This record gives sequence, C-alpha cells and structure tokens, in this order.
Amino acid sequence: MIPLYEFLIFGAILFSISVAGIFLNRKNALILLMAIEIMLLSVNVNFIAFSHFLGDIDGQVFVFFVLTVAAAEAAIGLAILVTLFRNRRTINVQDLTEMKG
Amino acid sequence: MTLYQLLFYIFASVAVIAAIRVITTKNPVHSALYLVLVFFSTALIWVLMEAEFLGIVLLLVYVGAVMVLFLFVVMMLDVNMAPMREGFIKNLPVGVFVALVMVIELGLILGPMSFGLDTHPAPEFAGADEQGNTQAIGAVLYTKFVYPFEIAAFILLVSIVAAITLAHRKRPESKYQNIDQQVQVRRDERVRMVSISADDNKQGSLTDNDQPQKKDES
Repeated sequence: MIPLYEFLIFGAILFSISVAGIFLNRKNALILLMAIEIMLLSVNVNFIAFSHFLGDIDGQVFVFFVLTVAAAEAAIGLAILVTLFRNRRTINVQDLTEMKG
Repeated sequence: MTLYQLLFYIFASVAVIAAIRVITTKNPVHSALYLVLVFFSTALIWVLMEAEFLGIVLLLVYVGAVMVLFLFVVMMLDVNMAPMREGFIKNLPVGVFVALVMVIELGLILGPMSFGLDTHPAPEFAGADEQGNTQAIGAVLYTKFVYPFEIAAFILLVSIVAAITLAHRKRPESKYQNIDQQVQVRRDERVRMVSISADDNKQGSLTDNDQPQKKDES
C-alpha cells in the first residue's frame, strides 16, 4: 500500500514546481495564471489524501469549493488579461506600471 | 510492487514532468496543453484515492472548460513571447534553489516519521455494495455544507457578471434602443396631419411628402 506521505510529497513537489514557475516566468501573466492553477491543484491533492486516509468526506467537499473558486478566478483573470491586451497590446507584467506599485 | 503502486508512480511522474514542462516551454500553447496533462494525471491519482467524483469533476470542469478557455485566450492574444523570456535564465538558479529548498523542507515535515503507514494506516477500499463517493459527498454537501454551497453558487454568478463586464466591448456600429428618447417623443414629432380632399386624385400628394420627422434613435 502507498503511505500517506507519498501523496503529500507529490503535492509538495507540484507546489514547488509552480513556485519555481512564478520565479522563472514573472513577466508573462499567462504562465503566472497557469502556475497558480497548479498550486491550487497541489493543495487539493493534500485535501483528498487526508480525506482518504482519515476517512472523512469533508476534505473532498473543501476540494469542491476550491475548484469552484479556482474556476471563477481563472475566468476573471483571463477576462482581465484580454482587456489588458486590448488596451495596452501587451501582457508583460513589467510594462504595467501605472499604479506605481 | 503492486499494480496500485505502479499506477501511482506512473501518474505522479507524468504529472511532475508535465508540470515542469508547463513552466519551461517557450510556446504558451504548449504550456496550456501540458497543463491539461497535469490535470489529467492528477485526476487519475484522485481516482486512485477513491475520490471518483472529484476526479471526474476535475476532468469535466478543468480540462473541459477552464483549459479550453485558457487555450482560447492564448490563441487570441497574439503576443510576442520572446521579450518575456528575458529574465528566464537569470532567474533560473534562484527559482530552482527555492523550489528545491521547499521540497526538502516539506519533505522533512511530511516525511515517513509523521505520516507513515504506522501512524496513518492505509484505509480499506470500499466494496462495490457500499455507499458510493458521489452519494457520500452529496449527503454532506446538501445538508452540512448547504450554506457554503450557496455562497459558491453566488461566487460563480459574480464571476460570470465580472468576466462579461470586463471583456465585453461596445461596438460603435451596433444599434441600441434608447428607451429614454422613445419615452420622451411627442405627438407632433411622429404624426403630421395632411388634409386631402376626396376628389383630388393627384397620386403624388402623399408620397412626395416626406415622412414625419423622427427623432434620432441611434
């Protein structure tokens, strides 16, 4: 049988890869959104692993809600990206300096 | 090594390799397609963990809807990606370093001593005659979690409105009804009384008169 920690480490590896992706592609807003999707996915893996090993279905309900919020986030993020590209002709994060943040 | 373990290692390695390809490919279309592979392999791992409902939901909602949306946007934004990869080599060492440190730290915490088989024994798999995963989720989702469920529905509604408001573009050539002007119109702007004597058979008397003055409705 597969112990719990192998599932958790699988989630940890996915999470670290997405953090590295944010480091590497910090100019490209599209890849940043994709890295955030992988991050949410890796957290969901942990939820489901604990739900399976502890015999508690509530973890899977949480995954359901995380998926809902992630879908909403992706839709709004892509809409912002489309609007941004229409107005500025770029999605390079470094060019977006109006707010002086 | 049982078949279960073999399947888990295959799916996990495919997911990890695909995730690495997502963040390293040059072409964002390839990134989106590799992201589909990550989601697919992870959905299979969820099915291995007896979360069949969520595995199917991940396939239908993510691979079917969200990733198609991603692909639409990637193909629609005709972006030149070359200047965006300038910092890639420069950030490569620090990115890999941070990722490795995170994996090692998380591995120390989540290692075999805390979450091994002796502290968390592997659960028995549910038999075919037991309550299914979908039924079990439904039993708590519509009773214990009904309020969060409705909030989730509301979040989805808000995201629909927000996405349409953000991405909708008003075209100058399209015509809209202006109810304000329609309501304010007066009788003499639309109707003009023409007195025609009954024996007058000049045909052109009606047609050469111009139409009643319309207010601009555009």
